[in-house]
Amino acid sequence: MNDPLLEIDDLRVDFDTRAGLVQAVRGVSLTLGRGETLGLVGESGSGKSVTAQAVMGLIDVPGRIAGGAVRWNGMPLVGEGVRRRPRRIWGREITMIFQNPMTSLNPLMTVGAQLGEVIHLYLGLRGAAARTRAAELLDAVGISGASRRLDQYPHEFSGGMRQRVMIAMAIASEPRLLIADEPTTALDVTIQAQILELLAGLQEKLGLSIILITHDLGIVAGLCHRVAVMYAGQIVETGTVDDIFARPGHPYTQGLIRSTPRLDAVEDRLVSIDGTPPGLRTPPEGCAFRPRCPAAQAACHAPQRLASHGAGHVACCRAGVDAWDVGAA
Amino acid sequence: MTDFILRRLFQGFLVVFGVTTVVFVITRLAGDPVSLMLPLSASDEQRAAFAAQIGLDQPIWVQFLRFAGDVALLDFGDSLWQRRPAMEVVFERLPNTALLIAAGLGTAVVLSIPLGAIAALRPGGLADRLTTSISLLGLAMPQFWLGLMAIMIFSVTLKWLPTSGIGTPAHLVLPALTLAMTPLARFTMMVRAAMIDEMNTQYVKTARAKGLGLGRILRVHTLRNIMVPFLSISGWELITTLSGYTVVVETVFGWPGLGLTAVQAIQRGDLFLVQAIVFSIALMIVCIGILMDVLSKMIDPRIELN
Ligand SMILES: Nc1ncnc2c1ncn2[C@@H]1O[C@H](COP(=O)(O)OP(=O)(O)OP(=O)(O)O)[C@@H](O)[C@H]1O
Ligand SMILES: [Mg+2]
Repeated sequence: MNDPLLEIDDLRVDFDTRAGLVQAVRGVSLTLGRGETLGLVGESGSGKSVTAQAVMGLIDVPGRIAGGAVRWNGMPLVGEGVRRRPRRIWGREITMIFQNPMTSLNPLMTVGAQLGEVIHLYLGLRGAAARTRAAELLDAVGISGASRRLDQYPHEFSGGMRQRVMIAMAIASEPRLLIADEPTTALDVTIQAQILELLAGLQEKLGLSIILITHDLGIVAGLCHRVAVMYAGQIVETGTVDDIFARPGHPYTQGLIRSTPRLDAVEDRLVSIDGTPPGLRTPPEGCAFRPRCPAAQAACHAPQRLASHGAGHVACCRAGVDAWDVGAA
Repeated sequence: MTDFILRRLFQGFLVVFGVTTVVFVITRLAGDPVSLMLPLSASDEQRAAFAAQIGLDQPIWVQFLRFAGDVALLDFGDSLWQRRPAMEVVFERLPNTALLIAAGLGTAVVLSIPLGAIAALRPGGLADRLTTSISLLGLAMPQFWLGLMAIMIFSVTLKWLPTSGIGTPAHLVLPALTLAMTPLARFTMMVRAAMIDEMNTQYVKTARAKGLGLGRILRVHTLRNIMVPFLSISGWELITTLSGYTVVVETVFGWPGLGLTAVQAIQRGDLFLVQAIVFSIALMIVCIGILMDVLSKMIDPRIELN
């Protein structure tokens, strides 16, 4: 593979809360190539959003980058090696959209004005030229009647339409990476499909790289090239989509796949993973998934590390392909 | 919008009519206006003549219609104390009060926004704790006490500023600052709380993700968004000031505005002047209410007017 666009290297993020130190991200490493779509999956609270926000430079008190680094085209962006605040990366080359389109736009500014901010900042356009560009962008994300829509306020848009506006804003600067943090979780199913289709189309057209955060493996299967599975602030497995679905290496991934309904495997019974993730205030020494794992062994108490599981596929477990069958037997 | 303004004006009219009725009822039924206004030494003939002059010999509903008609023409009769139309006195004193309020509340508004915003940038930080403590102190000090202290320190001891009266800008300083203190404290706390909430909203996260600088986020996004709550609280503050704070401050500093005049009119049993002042203040309060609604609507497109 050519040089990675984004490298996350042993990233750690702590939150200094009143209840104690929460280690939300505990040594995450990832790379992302140009034009690649990476799915970041995991249960609620596993640190997906915090990882994304760290990459975007959006962690603030009580949180802090406790270690590691994020590099953009080899240049330090977050954490180690950063001398001063990088300019014009966030918002221009890396953009982000969020889970809740209902609250992501400023309610007191017209959609045109909010789009215009980005257009002015990164394309240097003003007035009529900026307006034309804004209308083109709305058009590109499938909002009809764009020039009239520009003068409307967010509350005049539906949830799906607002997410389209967010996407329009996120592609205005012609970025190279779009981070989408559960972009469809708040939307109903038909709208979800439209938004995902839009993202896929844009990626192809603009050659974007995308980090897609979700807990829906179905979405990952349809849209992503690679998957990273997070559990309790760590990445427990990464690999290509095909590989991970065919030979999941970590019992947690296996459980996730089993708990995802599939249209093509009618007789498979759905299983849910019993138990809850560990608290991140006192993260366990060894494998964080051990208490819920059907194939846990004494060796799982020792610190685990990612090990090769085939070409471009790593998992931090050696349990094998069928931990849940072993457990059930 | 026009529709809305018309409707609000009609509501305002009803309120003013209500105030007129209340003023009428209180002054006619809750006491004898004649003995209130004439000196104790007045003879029975004088009393009867005065009663006839102001229409007290008529049936009560005729009296009310006359009163309402006069009010509609802003005719409240002659002030007994000043020996000229009561409304003339009001119009003469009103600019003084307006000046005092503009200076006092203006100072409060202009200072509270940056103070509250700076405090909100780092909640719990030094600037925040300082602003919060001083604001609480400001809220705890009654204005008459604050005014007297200011006179003792800056006028009597330091001789920097005049103790009372009106005429030069120097005369305005102490009364305006005394008047500003409580609203300033309240505004600052409000701006601080609203800014903290606002900076934690998702749309600010979006703005940051867009790469906008803090300055632009403050100016274009958050400060404007807190203007809606700020406007409504400053409307209230203006009303409180108009109907209360100015009375205290004008009395302490001998500032010849409506508040001081109201106190003097009450002391002299000048019923017509009191009526004129009460009515004018009620009218202004109604207008302020309408103005605030219209302004909020102009800032926040989501506010439904119906
Ligand atoms: N501002 C914060 N203050 C304190 N703790 C935080 C903060 N933000 C996140 N955390 C903690 O970090 C951990 C990871 O949160 P994160 O939002 O990344 O989870 P997630 O994987 O995105 O989950 P979800 O699917 O629910 O979005 C959680 O345990 C959460 O409590
Ligand atoms: Mg999240």
